[in-house]
Amino acid sequence: MRLDIILRVLAKLLIPFALVFGLYVQFHGDYGPGGGFQAGVIVAAAVIFYALIYGLPAARRVVPTEVVQTLMAVGVLLYSGVGIASILLGGNYLDYFVLGADPVSGQHRGIFWVEMGVLITVASVMLKIFYVFAGRRRDAEETEE
Amino acid sequence: MATGSRSEIILEELTAVVLLTLMGAAAIGMARQRNLYGVVLLSGIYSFLMATVMVVLDAVDVAMTEAAVGAGISTVLLFGAIHLTGGTESKPIHRPWLPLLVVAATGAMLVYGTLGLPAFSDPGAPIHQHVAPRYLTEGPVKTGVPNVVTAVLASYRGFDTLGETFVVFTAGIGVIALLGRRRPRRPIDKAGEENKE
Repeated sequence: MRLDIILRVLAKLLIPFALVFGLYVQFHGDYGPGGGFQAGVIVAAAVIFYALIYGLPAARRVVPTEVVQTLMAVGVLLYSGVGIASILLGGNYLDYFVLGADPVSGQHRGIFWVEMGVLITVASVMLKIFYVFAGRRRDAEETEE
Repeated sequence: MATGSRSEIILEELTAVVLLTLMGAAAIGMARQRNLYGVVLLSGIYSFLMATVMVVLDAVDVAMTEAAVGAGISTVLLFGAIHLTGGTESKPIHRPWLPLLVVAATGAMLVYGTLGLPAFSDPGAPIHQHVAPRYLTEGPVKTGVPNVVTAVLASYRGFDTLGETFVVFTAGIGVIALLGRRRPRRPIDKAGEENKE
């Protein structure tokens, strides 16, 4: 595991760019291709890449399992919360027009937070699934020994 | 791309045909291969080819998702699964002729069904007459979002996307319920030393 120095250095170089690309896909989704689903997968892929090169315990130290598990629910709650907020402001469920001073800025605000909820849930679910799979592999190896 | 000259259209169709042929070759390779590592690699290649087909069809949002989920994360997860189960597929117990017949019959019916569909990218097709013109003309004005895909996904079809997000969430919960809760089953003497990870 100590001989893969090229992989480790390359991972260190590439992961920041992957994360920035994820943010670009998220926040530029209004203008170009992309959005919460794609950005969530890219962010999760960056952490999975880190876990593949540096090992699962290292990745779990950076992004703890409990945080990932909580974020899974935070994403859907954020999305549903946008709907509740639009009800409280006098509109229908998920009616973004009431969220801002004028309809277009309300739409912008609604789409922003909804996509944010999608990003959080998708990224954390992908990461959690990976953690569970990879963690099981470690356990299986340990019981074989 | 679809509004290009005649030679551009021919080139585009040729690209699609080449990509679909390669996808067919990858699928046949997957069916014949007994080494599961090879199968997973081929399925990753298949997903990348699918993503390229989506780019040819001008569906870049779908292409991006396919490349990231189909080729990226699925491959990693399948490799993880193979590491648990072993890398070789066992010989099938049954002869393949009955399943092959069922698959061939279903495929033939699907092909027969497509004969009744409108021609590819026909502007008069019902799907382009219903709400699509409203999305295209009103979407950017009403939502202020130039990418119509995002406007439809997050605003017009906000309920659908909420449902999709809940589906992803439920999938995560299902995986945790099936695979994540394994600690209570362990012998007590091993539990102590393994909790330190």
